[in-house]
Amino acid sequence: MPTIEDLQRDTDSAVAVAAPTSVATPAPPRTFTPRKKKKPWKSWLLFLLFAGPNVALLVVFTYKPLLQSLYYSTLQWNLGSASAIPVGLGNYVAWFTDPGTSRVVTVTLIFTVATVGGGMVIGLLFAVLLNRKLHGRGAARTIVVAPYVLSGVAVGLLWLFVFDPNFGITAALLDAIGVASPPWYNDPHWALVMVIIVYLWKNVGYVALIYLAALQSVPRDLLEAASLDGASPVRAFRNIVLPLLGPTTFFLSITTLLSSLQSFDIIQAMTRGGPLEGTTTMMYQIYQEGFQAGRAGYSSAVATILFAVLLVVTLIQMKYVEKRVHY
Amino acid sequence: MATQTRTTRRRKPLQLGGYLGLVVAVAIMILPLVWMFLAGFKERDEIYTVPIQWLPEAYDLSNYAAALAAVPFGSFFLNSTITTVIGAGLKMLLGLTTAYAVVFLEFPFKKFVFGLVIFALLVPQQIVMIPNFTLVASLGWINTYQGIIVPGLASAFGTFLFRQHFLTLPISILEAAALDGASHWTRLWRFIVPISAPTIAAVALVSIVSEWNEYLWPLLVVDRSDMMTLPVGLMLLQNNDGVTNWGVLMAGTVLVTVPVLIAFFALQKKIIAGLTAGGVTG
Repeated sequence: MPTIEDLQRDTDSAVAVAAPTSVATPAPPRTFTPRKKKKPWKSWLLFLLFAGPNVALLVVFTYKPLLQSLYYSTLQWNLGSASAIPVGLGNYVAWFTDPGTSRVVTVTLIFTVATVGGGMVIGLLFAVLLNRKLHGRGAARTIVVAPYVLSGVAVGLLWLFVFDPNFGITAALLDAIGVASPPWYNDPHWALVMVIIVYLWKNVGYVALIYLAALQSVPRDLLEAASLDGASPVRAFRNIVLPLLGPTTFFLSITTLLSSLQSFDIIQAMTRGGPLEGTTTMMYQIYQEGFQAGRAGYSSAVATILFAVLLVVTLIQMKYVEKRVHY
Repeated sequence: MATQTRTTRRRKPLQLGGYLGLVVAVAIMILPLVWMFLAGFKERDEIYTVPIQWLPEAYDLSNYAAALAAVPFGSFFLNSTITTVIGAGLKMLLGLTTAYAVVFLEFPFKKFVFGLVIFALLVPQQIVMIPNFTLVASLGWINTYQGIIVPGLASAFGTFLFRQHFLTLPISILEAAALDGASHWTRLWRFIVPISAPTIAAVALVSIVSEWNEYLWPLLVVDRSDMMTLPVGLMLLQNNDGVTNWGVLMAGTVLVTVPVLIAFFALQKKIIAGLTAGGVTG
């Protein structure tokens, strides 16, 4: 006999549709199939009324454009122009052979690894700190999360002033220890460091929050037992807490990767991809090629490449999570 | 006895280190905001000075007046409010009905439909922005509210969270509703929504925050200043001047961030619950 879970999982299979007809089997509780069997199309129609609009919007504004983007990537086509020349894989060849591409890929990799990896490490540190029984930790938690709800543009602009090489806070702090402020605005490498710092400042609170929730569900007696056994806090953390945080870490690795690859606001507000394209990530390149240079076909090719990479990475992560986590 | 003294001796510096860490973390998070807030009151010569000067001589509002005179902040505020309220509201409605359908209604391809909704989470908006821009332009929706709102309206994450929540609801209440002969529409609004209020509120707040801060899409489909939302309009303050007038720019930034900060501190329990919901169910 199928369990409730089976029925829920397989509602699209013949078993589930047929189940309510057998009198002895109670109807699957959550679908409320009436005792007297009604015509199934009535439920189908209701389903379409309830879920249809959302699915239609997804088809029109997500899935159809996804295919269109794939098609556009084979065209030499300027945004807004009526004519387009099919070029096959020309745009892809152009991107892979462009001398600037290796820089864009490097910038994207550095930005992604630094924001995702750095975010997880700092977020976990904050979470461990906020999990300790300290006075004022509730208020501290709120303050740490606060930047996450602010507009990325506003955050970028206010940090631009913080980083002002002459009149900003960082310049004053560095001056206090006798170091000259790096040229945040004019040097491509320092500019990249700058936008990474600002991205981390804005988003680390979210990571801390999720880790904190996970830490609070770690059984206390487990840690007490370890402490009685003479394990140091550091060892207990490494051998007991970290493994228990595994599922959370994988969840965060997917969500923070997705949002890091989509980051646009901070770069636009602070550097517009410069100086010397030192902060041009692939995502920013898609915007620049498509809407500044108007090369919609080329931009679509970059978008397709990025999406393919994103898809592969996410699917690998998910496969890994599935193996490690029991739902 | 010996172990007792050892642990207390170890705990003392650990506590102290904890407080030190807490202070450093809070300072890093809060100082840039304080810096912005104070700069909004500073005169030019108080900003362009070395060593830096933290406090302004006087708290006058001339930078705010200049910001409000330079760009139509009133329209930005109105446009942000309209697009956020309608956008987040409809998104919640779509999420609730879709989750209800997926959990409580029969359909032959239900699993596929749910998969379609969830997979959309993996498609970044930027990947599809050129086709969507072309579509919105061909509909004549440039510089309109529907142009800003509709392309991002579909609910994927909300549907997922509501589905997770609906699966935990007590069956007895819903069975009673079914025996009453209530229609599915009534069951959703009279029975399920009221008992799900905390979850809905938490998801709604997160949705409102992200709608309010949305930048790239409104930037693409709006080029008239009277139709801009706050994040798009704020950038005009930077563009207008050749050299950055930090005082005025920071005053504008305060106008954009402080309402959100006030709302966040007032509703922090709910917003934090909403942010955590995704992580815990995931």
